[in-house]
Amino acid sequence: MDRARPVTVRRSREPALWLLFSAGGTLAALGLPAVVFVLWVGPAVGWVAVPPHGTLSALLGGAGVRLVLFVVIALALYHWAHRFRYTLYDGLQLYHLHQLIATLTYGVATLLTVASAMVLFL
Amino acid sequence: MTNPAYRRFHPRWHRARIPIFWWLRKLSYTRFIVRELTSVCVAYTAILLLVQVWMVDAGPDRFERFTAWLASPVVTGVHVVVLVGLLFHTLTWLHLAPRALILRVGRWRVPGAAVLAGHYAAWLAVSGGVLWIVLGR
Repeated sequence: MDRARPVTVRRSREPALWLLFSAGGTLAALGLPAVVFVLWVGPAVGWVAVPPHGTLSALLGGAGVRLVLFVVIALALYHWAHRFRYTLYDGLQLYHLHQLIATLTYGVATLLTVASAMVLFL
Repeated sequence: MTNPAYRRFHPRWHRARIPIFWWLRKLSYTRFIVRELTSVCVAYTAILLLVQVWMVDAGPDRFERFTAWLASPVVTGVHVVVLVGLLFHTLTWLHLAPRALILRVGRWRVPGAAVLAGHYAAWLAVSGGVLWIVLGR
């Protein structure tokens, strides 16, 4: 009886975590290559103009852009947490550390989500 | 996780030892682990995007220093690797979509090729939107 309880708790959380993983994966797949290209790789190799401070500052002036960035950043972080957690289990055979790994990955994602809310909205 | 103390009288499990680099043995295994590791590129992009917002908010001087850092060859090299990782994530993610998403219109099932095409169209639209928002003003 006692042994069954932790298993049901873990199972009930899994669909919610998977939903975050899946939503983050979709947003990352659709949006992030263009972001990395237009902001970092493109300007560095000279294919697109370096976005000036004024442009980005004006862009971030609206609450809408900040809200979109918050959603994308937070979901991308939970996507990483979920996927990286299973990579550690499978790739490095660390099944015995599953509690610690889950705490660390989702903990880091949660801390960085709080940090992103502070940077974006405070 | 059960308390290890409860396992004192449990017979030993038979488990073959698997080396840590088991996934280098076969191309499909390596591809699987590389796909999983693209999540590191996703997290890196999210964090650097946040840093960029922070630098923009900090004013033109800090932003100039950040831009100079972005232009350095080593950082650019890292970002090319990140971009390749993200593209691998996008391609593998889009190609899983038809298997993960079963769409029905009435009793007719939308074929996988159409679901895939829809996802590619969405990728194109979002990418175009990002380029337009940053460059088109």
